Order: sequence, then C-alpha cells, then structure tokens
Amino acid sequence: MFQFKCPHCGLRDANEFTYGGDATIAWPDLGASEQEWFDAVYQRENPRGPHREYWHHAGGCRQWVVVDRDTLTHEIHGCRAASETQK
Amino acid sequence: MSRIDGFGRIDRSKPLSFTFDGKTYQGFEGDTLASALLANGVSLVGRSFKYHRPRGVFSAGPEEPNALVALRSGARREPNTRATMVELYDGLVAESQNRWPSLAFDVQAVNQVFARFLPAGFYYKTFMGPFANTRLWMMFEHVIRRAAGMGSATYETDPDTYARRSVHCDVLVVGGGPSGLSAALAASETGARVILIDEHAEFGGRLRQDRYDIDGMPAADWVAKSLATLASRDTVRLLSRTSAFGYYDNNMIGCVERVTDHLAVPVDHKPRQRWWQIRAAQVVLATGALEQPLVFGNNDRPGVMLAGAVRAYLNQFGVLPGKRAVIFTSGDDAYRTALDLTAAGAQVMAVVDSRDTAQSALTQAVRDAGIEVLTGHAVVDTHGSPTLQRVDVMPLTGGTVREFTCDLLAMSGGWQPSVHLSSQTGAKPVWNAELSCFLPGVPKRPERSAGSAAGHFTLYGCLSEGSVRGLEAAKAAGFSATGTFAIPQVDIERFAPTAPLWEAPDPPPGLFGGHPKKFVDHQDDVAASDIQLAHREGYISVEHLKRYTTLGMGTDQGKTSNLTGLAIMAALRGEPIEKVGTTTFRPPYTPISIGAMGGSERGQQYKPRRRSPMHDWHDARVGEWVPAGLWDRPRHYPATPGESMRDAYIRETRQTRGSVGICDVTTLGKIDLQGPDALDFINRIYANGFSNLPVGKVRYGLMLREDGMVLDDGTVARLGETHYVITTTTANAVPVMAKIEFLLQAVWPELKVKATSVTEQYAAIAVAGPKAREVMQRVVDLDVSNAAFPFMACAPCRTKDGVPGRLFRISFSGELAYEIAVPSDYGQQVWDALMAAGREFDIVPYGLEALGNMRIEKGHVAGSELDGRTTADDLGLGKMLSKKKDFIGKALAFRPGMTGETRKKLVGLVPVDGRSSLPNGSQIVSVDHTDPPVKMLGHVTANGFSPERNIPVALALLEGGLAREGETVLVTHPLKNIAVQARVTGPVFVDPEGKRLHD
Ligand SMILES: [Zn+2]
Repeated sequence: MFQFKCPHCGLRDANEFTYGGDATIAWPDLGASEQEWFDAVYQRENPRGPHREYWHHAGGCRQWVVVDRDTLTHEIHGCRAASETQK
Repeated sequence: MSRIDGFGRIDRSKPLSFTFDGKTYQGFEGDTLASALLANGVSLVGRSFKYHRPRGVFSAGPEEPNALVALRSGARREPNTRATMVELYDGLVAESQNRWPSLAFDVQAVNQVFARFLPAGFYYKTFMGPFANTRLWMMFEHVIRRAAGMGSATYETDPDTYARRSVHCDVLVVGGGPSGLSAALAASETGARVILIDEHAEFGGRLRQDRYDIDGMPAADWVAKSLATLASRDTVRLLSRTSAFGYYDNNMIGCVERVTDHLAVPVDHKPRQRWWQIRAAQVVLATGALEQPLVFGNNDRPGVMLAGAVRAYLNQFGVLPGKRAVIFTSGDDAYRTALDLTAAGAQVMAVVDSRDTAQSALTQAVRDAGIEVLTGHAVVDTHGSPTLQRVDVMPLTGGTVREFTCDLLAMSGGWQPSVHLSSQTGAKPVWNAELSCFLPGVPKRPERSAGSAAGHFTLYGCLSEGSVRGLEAAKAAGFSATGTFAIPQVDIERFAPTAPLWEAPDPPPGLFGGHPKKFVDHQDDVAASDIQLAHREGYISVEHLKRYTTLGMGTDQGKTSNLTGLAIMAALRGEPIEKVGTTTFRPPYTPISIGAMGGSERGQQYKPRRRSPMHDWHDARVGEWVPAGLWDRPRHYPATPGESMRDAYIRETRQTRGSVGICDVTTLGKIDLQGPDALDFINRIYANGFSNLPVGKVRYGLMLREDGMVLDDGTVARLGETHYVITTTTANAVPVMAKIEFLLQAVWPELKVKATSVTEQYAAIAVAGPKAREVMQRVVDLDVSNAAFPFMACAPCRTKDGVPGRLFRISFSGELAYEIAVPSDYGQQVWDALMAAGREFDIVPYGLEALGNMRIEKGHVAGSELDGRTTADDLGLGKMLSKKKDFIGKALAFRPGMTGETRKKLVGLVPVDGRSSLPNGSQIVSVDHTDPPVKMLGHVTANGFSPERNIPVALALLEGGLAREGETVLVTHPLKNIAVQARVTGPVFVDPEGKRLHD
C-alpha cells in the first residue's frame, strides 16, 4: 500500500487519501476555447513510469497534494501541497 | 491404527475425538486432520475435481492439492479446507467433498470412462465454439458444473469476528524453520525490532519433520532453545499460525493469523483470525521449499505421497502411512525416507531412482540397510482400488516390468524454493540448471531470501545462510553487530547431483491398449496428455497453457504442478526451461478467508452512520429508516401502527399542503464561504449569475461539471458583504466540498476565500404549508410577514427562548415555507418549539417519502434526475446558464449534442387510467411499436401520488421532452410485468404559477 509524505501531516497511509486525477493537466482559463477545454477534460496519457497525480488528504488535513508516482514500480518520489505548485 | 511408539511430537496423554463423513475417530493433540485420518487408516479422503477419481493425502503442508474437506458445520462450515493444515481439536467435524452419494461409491466416477469427452480446453472450446451462448450449452453447463466442482459454502452469516492490526518493524523474517530462526536470532542480536512469523502451530519447519542433531542436541531442543532466546528479547515478536500471503508496495507484507481456528469455537472474545499489515524496513524470506511430485501412470492413487510428507507423518505425528513402501525419486533426499521408514519398522521394497547413478553417503546408507536400489528405473503404473496395492517398475530405456507389492509409494521430484513472495514484488525467478529449480530473482525491494528458499538444501546451508541474511538485513536497517555470533554445529551433508525426471515413460500397452493417465496437477485433474494436447493445438506459452488446461488454477495455485507442467511443455517445445518461464505469481500465497479481509468492517461497522440532532425523536416515531449517503433519514411516520408507507406519505403530503408540515433537512450539505473573493468564486462555480444578489437574499444555483453536465443544485444565501452559505444535495455534500477545496488550492490559490463545511454544525428544519408563517412567527423573534420577509429572504434570527439561528424563506415543497438552521445542540429544542407552536394547526412531521412526493408534484429535480448524464437544457434549466460570465462547464455545455430535440428531457407522466402507478426505472416505449426490437424512448426517474390531483404522478426523462406533451406512451417494467399507458404532461402538477411560494 502506498504511503504519502503529506507536507502537513507527515507519512500517512494511502487509504486516508482520495485520488484526484492527472496533475500534468493544467486547468484552462474559464474563458478558454472549447478545444482547450475538450483537451483538458478528455485527453489523457496513460504513462508507464513516472507520473504526476493529484491526491486529496480527505481523511486528514483536507489539503490537495501533488504526488510524483511511478506507475510501474509504485515508488513515490515526491508529495507537495497543490497550492505550492501553483505559485 | 498405524501409530508408531517412540515417534512423533503429538501428546498421547490428550486424546481427541473427531468425525469424518459421520464416522467417529480418535486422534491426539498435535495432530492435523490429515495425520489423524492416516493414523486411523483412512487413506481415501476425497474425489477429484473433474473425473471424481479417489484421492488420498498427498502432502503434509500448505501445498496439499487432494485432501480438501468441508470443515465444521452450520454457519461455520468452510469448504475446500486443506486437511494437512487443520489442527485437530476435540469434536472436530469434517466431510469429504465432490462425491455422491458417498465417498467410497461415487456415481460420477464414470466421468473417467468419458474422460475423452472432457479433454483440456473443453470449457474453452465450448465457450468460444458454435455452441457458445446456445440453449444446449446452458444445459450442458448446468450438468458439468454440478459434476466438476469443489465444496459448497454455507449460506448462513459468519458468526465469528475478525480483527486487524498494523505494525512496523526493522526486520521481518517470514518462515520459522532453521533458516528463519537463524535469521531472527542474528538480526535481533543487533537490537533491531524483529518479527518472526510461521504458518504452522509450531516453529521449526522441517526440523519438526526430519531427524537432525544441532549443536549436539536433538533439533527440537535447539528450536526450543532458540525460541526461548528470541522470546527473551523484548524487541522480538513471534507469530505462529500466521501466513504471509502477499508482498505489497512500501515493503508491506499482508499476513493472516489463525488465532482460534485450532479450537472448536473462538473463546474469550478472541477473533477467529487477525489480519496483519506488517511494514518492514527489511525482509528475510525464509519460506523454505516445496517438494515436487513425479509424473507417472496412475500417480494419483491414494497411498502415493510425497517422500518428505511421509517423513513428516512419521517424525512429527508418529504415523506410519504404510507398512510396505516403495520409494521413487530423482534425487538423494528421498533416501532419508527409506531410512526413517525402516527405523519405524516398515518394509522398504525398493528405492527406484531415475538417475543413472546415485553415489553418496546417504544412498550408501540405504544400500547398507539391505534395501534394493534400482537406478535408471521409474515407476510407470500403480494398481489397487481404491487404494494402492502394487506398483510397476520399468527401466527408463524400456524393458521388463517388475511388480512390487506395496501400500505406500513415497515420491520425490526434487525441491522447488518457495519464490512466491519475492516473485510478487516483480523479481522474476531465475532457472538454475544445476539445482533443477527456480531461484528468487534479483530483489526489487529491501528483501533477500535465505536457506532452502534461496536454494540451500542442506541443514548447514540453511543455518549459516540464515544467520548471514538476518545480520545483513539488520545492518541494512541501520543496526550493527555487537557481540559474536556462532553458527550452530551440524553434520555436513554432501549429495549426489540431482537429475530431474519430468515425466516417466508409459508402461507397455495393456490389454485394451492406451496408457494410464499421468497426473501433473492433481487438484485440477490435468494430466501430461493434456499438456501434449495444448502443445498440439498451439497453446505453447505458459500463460496460454495455464488457461487452456487449467493447470495451476486450483486453490493450491499449482504449488506441486506448475514446475513439472512447464518443464513438460519445454520438452515438447524442444527449448530450455528458462526460455519457457513461469506464470505470474500473485497473492494470496494460500487461500485466505473473506472474513479476514473484511475484518471488523461489516454490518453496522461497515461504515459510520451519521445522525441528525433530532434522531432520537424520529426513532421513536419513524416507520422506516432510509440510508442517504452515510445519513439515516426517516422515510415516513405512521399515524397508527398499521398505517402503510404509501398511506402515510400521502397523508403527510395532504396535511402539509392543507395546513403545515415539518421536516428534518439537516442532511443537506452546508458550506460556509467567506472572503473578499467569495462572490467571484461563487460566480465561477455556479452556472447562473450572482453578482446582483443582495445581502439578505437567497438564490437557487446550478453547478455544472467541466464537461457541461449538471453536477448539483442548491441554494446560495448571502449573509453578509463577503459571507455566503451554500447548500448541496445530501448525496453531493462531500464531493462538492472536495471540489471546492481542489479549486481553491490547486486551480485558483490566488482567490481569497475560505471554505468550511458546516453541515454537522447546524440542525436544519423546514416548515412548509399555508400555516407555516403562523407557526414560525410564534417561534422566532423576527417579523416573518410577507412584506418584512418575502420569498427568498434570509436573515439571522433568534428563537423566543434565545437560540441563535438563521432563517431562510425557501421552499422545496412548493408551499409557503421557511427553513431554520440552528446550532446542532439546539436542534431538538427548536424542533420541539415548532411542534408545540404547530399543534393547533395539526402540524405533521413528514419524511423523505413525502418530501420526495412533493418535489415530484412540483417538478423539482433531485438525485435521480441529476444522474451525470443530464444537461441543464434536459432538465428545463437551460435558460439559467449565464451569458454574461464564464463558469465551470460553460465551454463544453454548448457543444453539438448537449442540446437538441433528440435528447431525453424532463417531462411529467400521468397514467391514462388515472390509477396505475408508474414505477421508478420503468422503460418508456411507443404504444405503436411493441414488437422487438423496441426502441427505448426514456425512463421514469421518480414517481408518487398527488392527493391534490388524486392521481399517480411521475417524472421521466423522455426523448423529445415536452414536444411530446399530450402524447400517450407505454410505461413498461418487464421485471414486474407492468405495462401502463401514460400521458405526457409538463413536469409541474401542483400550483404551476408558483403562487403559494410568494403569498
Ligand atoms: Zn495531510
């Protein structure tokens, strides 16, 4: 089972977290074109290896985190607050 | 009885009584069910899966493919239990499986006669072939499934409890044999926190089953001494009866401890089993090795047993499984069996060795004992019914067959390390030609294998490698050796090289021609001929071989068959074994109960239950509770004990619309939004505009998903300049809150908004009906007249007895209505005040059913319409989408296909006959086209009964929507045999102008 090092709570079990989707996809502006939104909503890579994901510490501090996870080995390489990655 | 004095570790002072197939037998404490059966001369214990052939005990451990029984009775009945792993207890009840009418006489054993109609790939071909999905196949399948099967499970609820535990350690040692004990001693000596687990009741592994001396004492004494040393260290935890079944990420090992399975019934509030999640910095896998059988004609007859298992029954249980034995082997190890049997007084007729030569101290000792050794020979057939009476032995190169009378055949095809756990980490096992077995692959996690699990098959190898690996693991976990560590003194064994025999030759053809079946996988009845067939038909990869023949797909996962099966395939392909490879190893290593997986999280403990502050009041009056998400909501309140749910909700509706009703709406999601950017944020997440919403007003809001579909609806109340509270549906409270947090943290962190879920902080009560104002006015200290507090007003308030709250003039029922929210602790007090104030108006509490009924009458959408497939336009809310601002979902909400006449849209339905109900989920079809294929035009999403109109009413999503108004359609529910003609109407059945809201 995964463990994530939540920047607020420390090393916690994955079952405290909820998966929240592909974090490599940037949210378009609300006024962006239909095509941009189409790509952001529907187009996904399915990488074998390093990937970046959103997880929600729903059973903890309720912060969203961005996790670098290897989909092949399940190794976790990083876990940062989502709000930090946006600055 | 075949107990031998002076052998075994059973406690002969403690006799135990048990029954097998209704007959009572005696065993002793320390027995397994298998050893006790053998001690009583019961050698026929089951029938095989496909051909119903008689089968006996095959092994003495977790790999057992044959001796599967139904253990216990009633609600505790557990099918497919391995008799070799069941510890005997007094009163144990077991039954054989897969036989009818009795084990000795089984009518379906005739399957053997028709064996050629049930070849490998039978299922595969029948599923894929021309009969697939035909009525004929359905009939066949029924018969075959009954004929070929395992035991049957109980339908009763499991009466036992299960526990769960999560622990951390520096070094986890899996397996408590000589290697594991050495590893645990060496690792714990450094001060590391060590957990040592073993799947059996006693530690020691093969030291329980073979006769060795260690450090000048019997092996059992050395085990006891080692365990005492380990137990004296407070950093060591010893777990027996605990199976490590899976190796997971982050070096987490899943284990199940059978806490009370060795007792008739769990005692002292102890769980039956305990699920351990062990996270270890370093792991030592001392899981040992599994002896492999040999493949020859009729090798499945009761009386044919693994050579190591014979020693186990003798040395651990004091049971002699046969009086006249033949040994058939491809290596040295089984020669020990010959010596042990001789020592116990059995007669060893011959050792049949498939190797050309066999020269070592061990083989010489056997020859010196006067036992005939036949090298270059093989057993080619067995005879006896139902149990073994004779074997036929032939030179490998062919020639004269010699017959040996015997009631036991002990066989050994060499030992295969248990690489299951290391393989589960993705480390591919590596073929070792010298040892003729797969060794663990290069570790991918902080783990290492030790002892026979790593291919060290001598006792010295296990003890020394165990120590080295244990110390290595402790060092890798950051500890260092402090003292000196001596490897125990044992005799050094030297074995003659092994030479595997994957398949013995066929005997000369019999009277009727043909050859006996040579079984590879005993549990699945897969014979060598099935592998040949798979090869002929092109299923030559191991993964195809497995699925085509079912090789290794039984509950034993092919522990004694996979290696031989793939070796035979390799020979057929003319390729080395390493090129053929192994199938993927997956958890669990041995079967685990569903109960252990669930732990305590079942029934009432499956998930938390959320209760409103007025729960107890409802509970005293409720007819039925309905789960809504995690919440319990009252469905209806019967006025008299006999009142039906339907009568109750219609009465509650009538009384609310006629006078006044009260409803607990605490479960609706409430989210508090504060900050200078709150309005901007609200404008982004809702599809309609809020810029002109003044303080003290509420507005209905519609939320879309990014793809333009409707996500949720609710209200937005502006409590102050920068302070809002929004509501969500009960079901969406949690996802909407998570989404708001996502948007504020990950997408727009620059927005200055603080979002707080306050659902549980406030009790919310709706008061609805023409008398609602009079009731509310008596309770709150606020002018609630239409002029002072019009429709969609909101304001802070106080009740007459001083409870602070918030009052909203909003309505879900379509009546004049108020909602009051007060701190949860005051919920019951305010509810009581409202009930008292409403008494003279005959105020009625209404439940979820009446609440739903009134919203259907008003055509308000709810969860069954907001199903993720509907757009705002579908729900008649298309005009709400703001043209003046950007919001989530806008970009994709106007794509072609999101609007238009062919979409299914919200309509109302009433039955043409004025009385038939229109059940939820009914499919709507045209009245003119009822011959298949019938086009589905839509479905009923919600239905109720309108007392005001005196007619059943329903909401539906119907192709074309209101363009069909006035048409007659057919509402069908084939499962309930219902077909009702209904007229399409608008979705609002009551007060279509909305006059009552504004009065
Ligand atoms: Zn956290």
